[in-house]
Amino acid sequence: MSTQRRVNYKVLATRIRAHALRMTHRAKSSHIGGSLSIADLLAVLYNRILRLDPAHPDWDDRDRFILSKGHAAAALYAALAERGFFPLDWLDTFYQDGSHLPGHITYGVPGVEVSTGSLGHGLSIGCGMALVGKRDNRTYRVFTLLSDGECDEGSTWEAALFAPHHHLDNLIAIVDYNKIQSFGAVKEVLNLDPLADKWQAFGWAVREINGHDFNQIENALLGIPFKVGQPSCVIAHTVKGKGVSFMEGQLAWHYRHPSDEELQQALAELGVSE
Amino acid sequence: MRTAFVRALIDRARNDERIFLLVGDVGYSLVEPFAQEFPDRFANVGVAEQNMTGLAAGLALCGKTVFTYSLANFPTLRCLEQIRNDVCYHEASVKIVASGAGLMYGALGLTHHLTEDLAIMRALPNMTVIAPADPIEAGLATRAAAEWPGPCYLRLSKTGDPVIYKTPPDFQIGKAISVQDGADTTLIASGGILYNTIQAAKQLELRGIKARILSMHTVKPLDTEAVLAAAEETSAIITIEEHSINGGLGSAVAEVLSELGNSRVVFKRLGLKDSFCSQVGSQAYLQKLYSLSVDSIVEETIKLWKRVTHEV
Repeated sequence: MSTQRRVNYKVLATRIRAHALRMTHRAKSSHIGGSLSIADLLAVLYNRILRLDPAHPDWDDRDRFILSKGHAAAALYAALAERGFFPLDWLDTFYQDGSHLPGHITYGVPGVEVSTGSLGHGLSIGCGMALVGKRDNRTYRVFTLLSDGECDEGSTWEAALFAPHHHLDNLIAIVDYNKIQSFGAVKEVLNLDPLADKWQAFGWAVREINGHDFNQIENALLGIPFKVGQPSCVIAHTVKGKGVSFMEGQLAWHYRHPSDEELQQALAELGVSE
Repeated sequence: MRTAFVRALIDRARNDERIFLLVGDVGYSLVEPFAQEFPDRFANVGVAEQNMTGLAAGLALCGKTVFTYSLANFPTLRCLEQIRNDVCYHEASVKIVASGAGLMYGALGLTHHLTEDLAIMRALPNMTVIAPADPIEAGLATRAAAEWPGPCYLRLSKTGDPVIYKTPPDFQIGKAISVQDGADTTLIASGGILYNTIQAAKQLELRGIKARILSMHTVKPLDTEAVLAAAEETSAIITIEEHSINGGLGSAVAEVLSELGNSRVVFKRLGLKDSFCSQVGSQAYLQKLYSLSVDSIVEETIKLWKRVTHEV
């Protein structure tokens, strides 16, 4: 990967993190940990991978991106605003009365394909969009970003059975495997390991990557479909709260919002001035 | 009704290439003609109703008009949140079709009794709720649903239901069909129970009570005008539904009467009381137990009529 591209990704990921921190601070809202864990994935997706046209968000042949873990809305709104789907100052209204931007990702916001918030819905909707792509010989691809927690949902595995059966190689599931779900460590709540083996056994072509290594993210996402005729699954090993030392790997940041001082410290760690 | 549904769907699909059919591993010796004629617009998704419904929303968001088909409560209650969030919230063009209305699967037991669906579907914003009364209405309802822009719920009975209409009625979503006129009472029925209602009206006529009959095939949006006209022009209104009396047709009519109607008309809901059916039996047997047989409808109407004429 060229140095320039790495810099571009880094800049966008940092901006997404800074926006998400400011948004949750201002809104006194939850879910910053799971927003920070996907920032690097979103930076590569929205900088290079997704075929989109912010001027025409409804363009028929656009790639579809579904944030199935809809609670990480702050990060996706930030990525969309940075890509020019809507003005950056909308981000200031996150959670506010009369705002365009509710706390879970919501359809109708330019660039958002689907409203989510209840877990285990996104992959099925993605299967539907990918099935149309296959049946109608369309060129778009469908990316779904799942949390590890939502791999507890039976509906996720209903969809996981469906996609390989119908050879949906235009469908990509990325699992943000940050190892912490709502009420504790994934291993302690409901163990998912061996997660890659499970997806593989269901018929997906699987790659495991470090979800914070731009080189690995880019390589994986440029390499899809991993196998013709099979849907692709990327298990992205990530760190909840990534990028802010006192948030990394801490369950509390699924719920807490940063105080004034914590925001300053977090932005300073990211190298961002207020 | 099921055969009429599939026939109408095939006919529409020939003219509208957006139409897509998903089934949840049901429809044996029913949906095969559709699957054979339109293999690219059909999928049996397996026993996975949550995925079927999310899938349907995804298809609809890419321009398809999607029918999901399964039995009893499987296509609704099993995947209620997918219907609420994925279908209704996105105003996706998904038509949910359930076969086995009311007590049709009688002796199969409680899991297969479809007796709260109208209430639950009616509670969802953007959802249109239709319960056709016979194969003719079922075919017309299928066509109407295919052309309706948003989400629909279509509640079908079985195959071999009695045919009520000699000629196709004017079927419009949200508009009751006047089956017969009468000046004394109004019988409002949704779904296959209209047949018993018509038989009951014949007996009532012999007893000197002239009943107006409305086929209220659309439970939502309700034909408010037809209900209010009945309240003005007749003295009693009885709703008849093979469904819980909570939240379905009777509740919808009661809401209109209590907010907009006159205080003169007397009113009664016939349907299953707030309980699960614990008896074993055929649809006809269970209808008798739950005051939905022809005799029960006659008896309940006469009781109500006595209140009108101050005989009690």
